[in-house]
Amino acid sequence: MTAPVTTEPQRPEAIEAIPVRHPWRWVGGAVIALLFAMLVHSILTNPNWNWGLVFEWMFAEPIIKGVGITLTLTVLSMIIGIVGGVILAVMRLSPNPVFTGSAWVYLWVFRGTPIYVQLFLWGNFIALYNELALGIPFGPEWFTFDTRTLIPAFVAALLGLGLNEAAYLAEIVRAGLLSVDEGQTEAATALGMSRGQSFRRVVFPQAMRVIVPPTGNETISMLKTTSLVIAIPLSTELLFQAQAIGNRLFQPFPMAIMASLWYLALTSILMVGQFYIERHYAKGATRNLPPTPIQRLKKSLSRGRS
Amino acid sequence: MTEPAMVRAENVHKSFGKVEVLKGIDLEVAPREVMCIVGPSGGGKSTFLRCVNHLEKIDAGRLSVEGRLVGYVERGGKLHEMKDKEVASQRRDIGMVFQRFNLFPHMTALQNVMEGPMRVKNEAKSVARERAEKLLDRVGLSDKPAAYPAQLSGGQQQRVAIARALAMEPKLMLFDEPTSALDPELVGEVLDVMKDLALSGMTMLVVTHEMGFAREVGDQIVLIAGGIVVEAGDPQQVLSNPQHQRTKEFLSKVL
Repeated sequence: MTAPVTTEPQRPEAIEAIPVRHPWRWVGGAVIALLFAMLVHSILTNPNWNWGLVFEWMFAEPIIKGVGITLTLTVLSMIIGIVGGVILAVMRLSPNPVFTGSAWVYLWVFRGTPIYVQLFLWGNFIALYNELALGIPFGPEWFTFDTRTLIPAFVAALLGLGLNEAAYLAEIVRAGLLSVDEGQTEAATALGMSRGQSFRRVVFPQAMRVIVPPTGNETISMLKTTSLVIAIPLSTELLFQAQAIGNRLFQPFPMAIMASLWYLALTSILMVGQFYIERHYAKGATRNLPPTPIQRLKKSLSRGRS
Repeated sequence: MTEPAMVRAENVHKSFGKVEVLKGIDLEVAPREVMCIVGPSGGGKSTFLRCVNHLEKIDAGRLSVEGRLVGYVERGGKLHEMKDKEVASQRRDIGMVFQRFNLFPHMTALQNVMEGPMRVKNEAKSVARERAEKLLDRVGLSDKPAAYPAQLSGGQQQRVAIARALAMEPKLMLFDEPTSALDPELVGEVLDVMKDLALSGMTMLVVTHEMGFAREVGDQIVLIAGGIVVEAGDPQQVLSNPQHQRTKEFLSKVL
């Protein structure tokens, strides 16, 4: 018989091994850094980029106005698109065949024709109907409107962009709604909630997690699609203004760069917005919310100090 | 008996497409009674339970809760379908607990329990909160009001789900295999809450595979197989001395 072991097993020392070296990672990194340095050098020193002109015109009045129009068009047509998209998605999932059918036809038409043509048609609505009337269908008319005053170029642009976007968002919203487990509706129904309540309080907030990322994509895409409103024609937006100045100065290239810088800046702002909206709807879906950039910065700073 | 039955089913039939799942269910649950429904899967237990709060529509027969038909109104000898609103108000008095909990994942435990009274009964937030806190305490989760469902164990989630159903102050509680999705060591904590609820006088209809629970807590046990009630009676007697061959076969597999 051996004596019972009374000493507790000791924790062995932590392993301190020599790490594997990765020389090719260093070589690859060096090559990319060199190419990047060459690119930056050429951009800064080649006079044909004409940076002076870019920054001279960046904050000129027509450009700032153009940025305003582009941004307003983006925001308003996305609002039309989102509201329309939710309505279309709910219609497609409805038990009423007339609703499903008409939503399907809407999608078929608005997704199936080029946005440029749609904008052209809205801009030239006056050529199709020069009067709109309010009254009893097929009966007497009470009010008539001149389409020229009812649909100015800006409204035509909103209708064109917004109604087209609604068709795309309808599918995104539908995918989101279908991603929510059926048990959620059942649980809400079993509590005595109405269909509307269970949609607003239970299904839609969960669908948003799936809806937000592609909608962010659509918003950024919309920002750039606004440059097509020249088909209406609406010429006050950013890209057309930049090109007009470029043509006048015989310097189209720096003006295109300037417009691109503006688009990049606006996209960056939209991306920040998307991050926070996504984070809001991630509540409950992940055990811990991802840290915001500010939280991450604070953490790395405090780590550096200790 | 002078009080009307809490649940009365007479010859209830239900089909999904061409498959007839319920082929004439008859049973009666008295107020403050606990009825356990057992039987093989696919036998129609859950479907019957879902018919009781009109998550499924029955095709034939009569099904009533507290003497009122479920989902229909009888006028002039004809049945009229209820409007969505009327069905919803009927469901308020019936709590339901699901096999897979179905908690709202975007709300905390406390918010889950407060949601029903606030939206459906338009209750003030402070009143709903106070009741929700009491209920969470009752199911042993007073320390978890701010936790999201994903941060809770299965047993904890199911206890929140029970609290959520109780927040509507129902007269009848339906349990659809409440412990079947749980790890074995978590089953006990949920059954304890249910036992407690039964002792407080709640009328309960429980679809379960927990024969121990049925024996200890149930006033009646019903074996549903092949869409009909095969055997019904006192749990002690049915479980230790089954009369029908089908019941014997089933019990030999689960006991």
